Amino acid sequence: MSHAFYIYTSYGVTALITLAVIAWTLLDGRARRREMAELEAAGIRRRSSPPVTEGKQA
Amino acid sequence: MTESLAIRKFSDLANPTRFLALAERLLPWMAGLCCLLFAAGLYLAFTTEGDYQQGDTVRIMYIHVPAAWLSMMCYSVMALSAIGTLVWRHPLADVSHKAAAPLGAAFTLIALVTGSLWGKPMWGTWWVWDARLTSVFILFLMYLGIIALNRAMDDPSKAARVSSVLILVGFVNIPIIKFSVDWWNTLHQPASVIRMGGPTIDGEFLRPLLVMAMAYTLLFFTLHITAMRNEIWRRRIATQRRLAARTASREV
Repeated sequence: MSHAFYIYTSYGVTALITLAVIAWTLLDGRARRREMAELEAAGIRRRSSPPVTEGKQA
Repeated sequence: MTESLAIRKFSDLANPTRFLALAERLLPWMAGLCCLLFAAGLYLAFTTEGDYQQGDTVRIMYIHVPAAWLSMMCYSVMALSAIGTLVWRHPLADVSHKAAAPLGAAFTLIALVTGSLWGKPMWGTWWVWDARLTSVFILFLMYLGIIALNRAMDDPSKAARVSSVLILVGFVNIPIIKFSVDWWNTLHQPASVIRMGGPTIDGEFLRPLLVMAMAYTLLFFTLHITAMRNEIWRRRIATQRRLAARTASREV
């Protein structure tokens, strides 16, 4: 393949940036899920959420 | 009647809770289809013929051109969302342009880096300050400025209003990027795919290019919906924490 350095570097950099954005988005989502679970465990829920146990929390 | 139904359906989607439910259902399918399109696109990108003049460097086009298209499309999505923020004050519009900005910056960076890596063997230089390259570089700086502005303010709705104005002012750069190759004498070539009179490139190159463009577009929407979902969650968490703190201080 001619100009292999330029071609593979282009694809490599593209893969790196794309994977970084995908990982950042997924990790951000995972962190938010964890935070919501912590709030839920502490009994802090959205006012509009349906009650889960004995209708104590609303 | 049909129109009012369409507006109602759109309003339903604009409700963050319904948006979250729809995102949960759509995202696995979008991600799966995106992977298939990337597999097909990359297969075509490395199995089709090289160009008789550019040789194998034409393969850089399959990542450079879709990234450049997406960099402009992402900004256009942000401009539409900015209108949603300023005209309807809709929180989902705020979330939309805030979530899109880092994605747009990433696609613009890909377009700049791959363009430079294609320019060196074909033009003999990594970079020139011609109208196309300079206007795309300004687009990249605009994205960084919008990200910084969004993060500089604690109140998300205030940040959204201020960044919406910046996004709409910056939108003037999009037609400048598109037509820079026609209005000025640039080292960058004029449009050869999206132009009056149809594409001028051979089907051998057009097929992988279009498949990769579809893969990139789907990747953008998949990541955009995921990032919007994350941002909605972030705002709900902040509100719940605030309410819990207020309730606790009242009890003390």
